[in-house]
Amino acid sequence: MGSISEFFQHLMNGLTLGGIYALIALGYTMVYGILKFINFAHGDILMFGAYIGLFVFNFLRGDSPLGTWTFISFFIAMLISMIVTGALGVAIERIAYKPLRKASRLAPLLSAIGVSFILSNGAAWMWGTQSRKLEYPFDNAPFTVGGVVITPHQVMILIVSLIMMLALIIFVNNTRMGKAMRAVSLDQDTSRLMGINVNSVISLTFAIGSALAASGGMLIALDFKVYPSMGMMIGLKAFVAAVVGGIGNIGGAMLGGILLGLLETFGVAILGIPPAMKDTISFGILILVLLVKPEGLLGKAVREKV
Amino acid sequence: MKPLLNIEDISVNYGAIKALKNVSMSVNKGHIVSLIGANGAGKSTLLKAIVGLEPLIGGSITYGDITLATDNIRKSIRTENIAKLGISLVPEGRHVFTDMSVEENLDMGAFLVRDDALIKRKKEEMYDFFPILGERRRQKTRSLSGGEQQMMAIARALMSSPKLLLLDEPGLGLAPLIVQDIFEKIAYINKTENITVFLVEQNAKMALKASTEGYVMENGRIVLSGSSEKLLKSKEVQEAYLGA
Repeated sequence: MGSISEFFQHLMNGLTLGGIYALIALGYTMVYGILKFINFAHGDILMFGAYIGLFVFNFLRGDSPLGTWTFISFFIAMLISMIVTGALGVAIERIAYKPLRKASRLAPLLSAIGVSFILSNGAAWMWGTQSRKLEYPFDNAPFTVGGVVITPHQVMILIVSLIMMLALIIFVNNTRMGKAMRAVSLDQDTSRLMGINVNSVISLTFAIGSALAASGGMLIALDFKVYPSMGMMIGLKAFVAAVVGGIGNIGGAMLGGILLGLLETFGVAILGIPPAMKDTISFGILILVLLVKPEGLLGKAVREKV
Repeated sequence: MKPLLNIEDISVNYGAIKALKNVSMSVNKGHIVSLIGANGAGKSTLLKAIVGLEPLIGGSITYGDITLATDNIRKSIRTENIAKLGISLVPEGRHVFTDMSVEENLDMGAFLVRDDALIKRKKEEMYDFFPILGERRRQKTRSLSGGEQQMMAIARALMSSPKLLLLDEPGLGLAPLIVQDIFEKIAYINKTENITVFLVEQNAKMALKASTEGYVMENGRIVLSGSSEKLLKSKEVQEAYLGA
């Protein structure tokens, strides 16, 4: 019994970590799918989203104690953070990437690294380098289900990431703009011939990816606080998740994120990898996948039918 | 009568290479006009210039009263606005959205149509016209054969109810029977829907048989033009393209 409940404990921990990785990995993969470019500022966009969420939440909440209003104001803050961060993502693309679309592939990559520094240094300059606590909008006292210790925060992560991913799946498969997004990622010129405005689709992609990152940023900030460099490691891990799942593939990012969260958790718990070495698990998996299946788990080897 | 599509003295460069040199031609409303020529003659470049995928360095292209392209890129119509004018291009090599189903490809063809009932009706029309697409409506188009992908690309182009259909090598790489089927369908569309067709083809015999007028292109220039019937019988065409 002990080992079974232990298994579910790690499963729960791994799924919550993986849910956040997946939310962030989606932004990398959607942008790559359309522009064939890695937005290395994505981790800093997530950080920005966490700050906006923190400020709006503290403002809305004021001095009110834990209760319904605090709970609601957290989600209002998340919504506002997603909108503002989405707009930031669109602005970054317009200013720093769009002018370089016809340049060599290295140029936008370098520009993205520049944007990453501007965002993290800008945040440090405006808001200071000390980390700030984003308070739980509820009493986060854990409860036990069949020997498995679960926190309300974990439940929230699972619900929020599930809703976001389902919404995205419905969007890309069933809506006109979602389908246009997939069309543009497959063939830009032909999409234009259909009357699809590629620039609008690219903006929309950045908006959605950045908004998802903002929600992910707020969810991790609850456990790990808000600070200017908070997006670095989680951004890199989510990037690994996107590559492992098959970069450019939305389902792949979801799978890669959840897989990475599970492997990190189980790696430490079962294989006995020292927690200090936890980060090497992700990068080890990345190397393994790149060696065995370079296109990623759900990626398709590129082969054109002529 | 004023032609529907008028190409006047256009030139296009591919880097240092002159891909089109002072090309003039016209397509009358309701006709099927063909452009034949060898691989690399500049035929696809001409179609790309019409839809704004290749900039002109001289000349102009007009569609009715609208200027589609001039040597001033700012005064030329952008590719994403071409479909709105009633022009559909079936690109060379089909370019179906391989990771999307037949149905989703048709949805993309109707991207500018904002009437769901009309889209549904057009889809049913396409499934009637190309029954194989109806059977495979849920399949990803990467699993279709070359001929089926060509029908897919044509059906997708028809979803927007175009007035002018541009076809780039619809017979390329397909078995003769399938080519014949596709050309019959093109003739049928032209007749029943009154869609003007501009057909670019290497297969000179098929193209000239299907069209009313034809142009012959060599090295980026129009070298011959006239009624298709006459071109089919002309010595130059017979020697160069029909292997007679």
